[in-house]
Amino acid sequence: MIPALFFYLFACMCVASGLMVIAARNPVHSVLFLILAFVNAAGLFLLLGAEFLAMILIVVYVGAVAVLFLFVVMMLDVDFVELREGFLQYLPIGALVGIVFLAEILLVVGAWTIGPGIPRVIAAPIPENLTNTEAIGLVLYTRYLYFFQAAGLVLLVAMIGAIVLTLRHKEKVKRQDIGAQVARSPATSIEIRKVKSGQGV
Amino acid sequence: MTIGLGHYLSVAAILFTLGIFGIFLNRKNVIIILMSIELILLSVNINFVAFSSFMGDIVGQIFALLVLTVAAAEAAIGLAILVVYFRNRGSIAVEDINLMKG
Repeated sequence: MIPALFFYLFACMCVASGLMVIAARNPVHSVLFLILAFVNAAGLFLLLGAEFLAMILIVVYVGAVAVLFLFVVMMLDVDFVELREGFLQYLPIGALVGIVFLAEILLVVGAWTIGPGIPRVIAAPIPENLTNTEAIGLVLYTRYLYFFQAAGLVLLVAMIGAIVLTLRHKEKVKRQDIGAQVARSPATSIEIRKVKSGQGV
Repeated sequence: MTIGLGHYLSVAAILFTLGIFGIFLNRKNVIIILMSIELILLSVNINFVAFSSFMGDIVGQIFALLVLTVAAAEAAIGLAILVVYFRNRGSIAVEDINLMKG
């Protein structure tokens, strides 16, 4: 009873905030509803027994990705009212596609069963006596080590790409040129002049 | 009143549809389109974890972890491109982006 109650709570909140993400007038509100959707999805993961992924979802999505979105939305000085033109124009076709798509997916979900004669192929069964984090670690760092490394590589490339894209050298900003500083010699930097007393240089 | 696999798959299906719908609805606003893509990837993750939990197979959660990684990388690169584009053109309207072609 209690898990079902929590499932419906998290599911309804998740769907409602997902709807608000695409319907909110202000993009800042959209980002905040996105955060709410992610937190509720983390609740669903907890109900499913995937505690590690639930916490990772909160740390990575709410802590990093959503805050990144928030930074960009607030940094870009865009007239968002202008961008919402055509919202009603696309509403009928979008609603049509969405409803057809949802109906198809729900039909598939409702009519779907595993055939009785088909043996279940389980690659790595969830161990009973370990915590979720331990179980993931035992599989991830052994059988899926290369995939783990590839994920790290993807993140590295993303980091370098984002830095390369957004780094720029402004003109008219004075920067330290260490080579020029070291190459200075008395001959190039000191000049001796005779100054007559009572007059300037 | 037990919650089965179908319930979770339905939630994921609704979220996926909302993501598609958001892309259609906000044709001009790239930021909302990126957020819709995040919603779609979240629904895929819910599917993976639901199947993993009900089948008793941990590999689904591992794959969800990899999807999460790719989603984070995609958001970072997408927003970086958006910032550079805004710096150059002063707007983020999707219609102007086809000007970038050769």
